[in-house]
Amino acid sequence: MSAPSDFVFPHRHLLGIEGLSRPVIEGLLALAEEEIAISRQVEKKKSSLRGRTQINLFFEASTRTQSSFELAGKRLGADVMNMSVSNSSVKKGETLIDTAMTLNAMRPDIIIVRHHHAGAVNLLARKVDCSVVNAGDGAHEHPTQALLDALTIRRNKGRIEGLLVVICGDIAHSRVARSNLICLQALGARVRVCGPPTLLPAGIDRYGVEVFTDMRAALKDADIVMMLRLQRERMNGAFVPSVPEYFHFYGLDREKLAIARPDALVMHPGPMNRGVEIASDVADGAQSLIREQVEMGVAVRMAVLEALARRMPNG
Amino acid sequence: MTMTNETRPLHLANARLIEPVTGLVSPGGVLVEAGRIRDIAPELASARVEGAERLDCAGAIVAPGLVDLRAFIGEPGEEFRETLRSASEAAVAGGVTTLIAQPNTSPVIDDPAVVDFVLRRARDTSLVHIRPAAALTKGCRGQEMTEIGLLKAAGAVAVTDGDRPVVNAQVMRRCLAYARMFDMPVIHHPEDPHLVGEGVMNEGEFATRLGLPGIPAAAEAIMLERDMRLVHLTGARYHAALVSCRESLDILRRAKQAGLPVTAGVSINHLTLNELDIGEYRTFLKLSPPLRGEEDRLALVEAVAEGLIDVIVSDHNPQDVETKRLTFAECAPGAIGLETMLAAGMRLVEAGLISLPRLIEAMSAAPARLAGLDTGRLARGAPADLIVFDPEEPWLVDPARLRSLCKNTPFDGARMSGRVTATLVAGRIVHQYR
Repeated sequence: MSAPSDFVFPHRHLLGIEGLSRPVIEGLLALAEEEIAISRQVEKKKSSLRGRTQINLFFEASTRTQSSFELAGKRLGADVMNMSVSNSSVKKGETLIDTAMTLNAMRPDIIIVRHHHAGAVNLLARKVDCSVVNAGDGAHEHPTQALLDALTIRRNKGRIEGLLVVICGDIAHSRVARSNLICLQALGARVRVCGPPTLLPAGIDRYGVEVFTDMRAALKDADIVMMLRLQRERMNGAFVPSVPEYFHFYGLDREKLAIARPDALVMHPGPMNRGVEIASDVADGAQSLIREQVEMGVAVRMAVLEALARRMPNG
Repeated sequence: MTMTNETRPLHLANARLIEPVTGLVSPGGVLVEAGRIRDIAPELASARVEGAERLDCAGAIVAPGLVDLRAFIGEPGEEFRETLRSASEAAVAGGVTTLIAQPNTSPVIDDPAVVDFVLRRARDTSLVHIRPAAALTKGCRGQEMTEIGLLKAAGAVAVTDGDRPVVNAQVMRRCLAYARMFDMPVIHHPEDPHLVGEGVMNEGEFATRLGLPGIPAAAEAIMLERDMRLVHLTGARYHAALVSCRESLDILRRAKQAGLPVTAGVSINHLTLNELDIGEYRTFLKLSPPLRGEEDRLALVEAVAEGLIDVIVSDHNPQDVETKRLTFAECAPGAIGLETMLAAGMRLVEAGLISLPRLIEAMSAAPARLAGLDTGRLARGAPADLIVFDPEEPWLVDPARLRSLCKNTPFDGARMSGRVTATLVAGRIVHQYR
């Protein structure tokens, strides 16, 4: 593998994991390894994006992803502007494309977008002149989450190839699940998905994953257990009958975790619903990587921004 | 555009005649006079007819003009989408000589006065015959039946709520029972809205990949199955406006075998495209019902070829940038199709999946019969609603050159072969290409 400093990202945007080759994913992860050191220094500053303008355009509220991208940009020297477009102001009549055109006229270098509808980021990317990073679009993709998860796994297990990863919970509505199962499989992991039938999307078996509705069966031999957030509006009868029933069958507690391999590690993209999909003692326990995921998030986003910046004119 | 003198006969010479009902294909010619076919014969291919204007078809096909059973037009109320005039301009370019306008206008065509308005406006502005399908329920709200008898008397050819299903089975039952008294065909969009839910495309692997909520085939099959039971109960003439999946074909086959007075339609889009054509969220391919898988498409084509599906429609549905330049989930469904339906259908003929006479029958004679219209035939005395069609003429679909006011064609940039070179409505040449 070439040195991270020589890595060239072959795309103008990062819209999803789908379409990225294994060497490209590994290139981003190698670059992210370097960025970790920056964040652990006293002077957390590089100049890769000095003079560049980064706009964080979030149509859906997000604390952690937005601040992670903001920090990543600032640590690379970019000028970062946060724009939270609440649903109500969009309803006032400005369409996504109008918003994109307006921002484009301000000549940013990178736009980070989160939107509640799948495909919105692809649509926006076609209308602007700068690079676009998908920070989550509907139930489609959340590529930086998958990259940070891969980085976290690799640093703790030394590899991804051959590991058994179980993704559990609301697979149907989860962009994190989609990006992760594409990314992990590209890197050679075996992936199982597990959830009640109402939260498994149609055709999921066609992804080359093993599909389970019985969490205990799914957890057998697992190296990594990745829990997903269950949205509040789906808890009370619409997709599952109640929180207690969901937790009983699909909540990760100590007893269920004991079915996985003894050295299994627990992950969650956050924000967690303690007592819904994960028990507090597991979330805070020795096998949990949840806090480390947050740190890796900044590193991965720095790597993505830097990789894109290398492709920019005069970059 | 040439407007011929109506009093002088017109001789379509040197043609290949397609009579869709009998399936007869033969060289010949047609003599048109006073809005009707005066004569049709092999000798008219080369004969000289004294006093008649001669149009040499140069071996091109002469067939009945198409009858489109399902076109959404914005007039009245949404003239920015499409007017009766602009729809008719698109129609003649595509070879459509009769349009059945859907009632989902503003106001809804649920009142005899609105039927009358549409007929008068069409008479004054349209190049083609336009007949409305009136609403089945008031406001197309699915709750109270319309004045079906008076609507028919005013000139509506069928009753339908257009793109909206009648969810309440009791309402549907009564509408069917009442419509039967007038032998009025009831056209229904069979789709259970609860199973559709937030769905925007075919449920399955591809929807999951795009992260879009899916619509299961069962949403259509369940409603169609319900309708078959209600037809059995009432004996009404029922037409499923659009079917999209294999499950529906099994239901139709059983109903027809049981002798129920049931027919079905399919859109040209569902015969020539599938869910994969959505690609990277192409909103022009968001349709209702959604495009399904390739196996469904092939089954639909076969069903048309064997006559299980009776009618092919354009499902012409103009949507402008305000309703299409949005995310896939938010945009309105629908595609324009009047100008491309025949050329797109030629893809199926070229692939050997369907015969040209059957294709034309499903686009002319079959819908005409269903709507009770005396057109769609190539015979002495029939109305001279005719097309001259060169099946080999290649062309590129350039949205900017399409006549429709909206440009939401799913065939954007597609290569087509087959072009209507002349269109006659009631004996008048209303369109000529070249």
